[in-house]
Amino acid sequence: MTVRVQSDDFDVASEIEVLTKGRTDIGAVVTFTGLVRGSAGGRELVTMTLEHYPGMTEAELEAVEADAHRRWPLQAILIVHRVGELRPGANIVLVVTASPHRHAAFQAAEFLMDYLKTRAPFWKKETFADGAAAWVDARESDDEALQRWQSQE
Amino acid sequence: MAHGPDITLRYFAWVREKTGCAEERVTLPAGIETVADVLSWLGTRGPEFEDAFRKPGIIRTAIDQRHVKPDTAIAGAREIAFFPPVTGG
Repeated sequence: MTVRVQSDDFDVASEIEVLTKGRTDIGAVVTFTGLVRGSAGGRELVTMTLEHYPGMTEAELEAVEADAHRRWPLQAILIVHRVGELRPGANIVLVVTASPHRHAAFQAAEFLMDYLKTRAPFWKKETFADGAAAWVDARESDDEALQRWQSQE
Repeated sequence: MAHGPDITLRYFAWVREKTGCAEERVTLPAGIETVADVLSWLGTRGPEFEDAFRKPGIIRTAIDQRHVKPDTAIAGAREIAFFPPVTGG
């Protein structure tokens, strides 16, 4: 299983080590880590809470992973997404891709993030220092980011 | 045919908060055939649901944990979920 949804934090270095241990065929590892920003819309953020749809989340992430394997010669993919209450500076999501050459690893990591952001059933709720709380709105730019991959199908 | 609650409805994020419901078993009224029909019906189930489903175009739907469009038929569905556009990553 190379898709994990968890409340615990992750460690990028140890995840790479697990993925590459004992292998000499991997030439490139790309990682993307998404973090909680300390402000949103000019307001100080206190917490970001991530809700998800257990079962569907894993199914969507596995489908995206399989799609990436079809598009690029990848030796490994890892997707870790945290849920629950997170504080500014905390890790939210990790994507790791491994391939013989960098091009596929870079492209696949971007593809995985673009797909994840528009399809995986996660929702973010922010609470602010002034006491307000609000669900994060989806961004049109995320849909546009996805479209460039669809035009390459 | 057996009657009684035959389908699970699930609600997430602000749809869950507005309806005050995370999950329920219901029997859909006769004549409901598509996702859009379910959305319209949900909006008639009291003030909380009316508020949550006031703009059904915003709500996303999954049948048995797969994304579907409003014109999708619900025949055979075991679980239908309603939620805002996703914001993970």
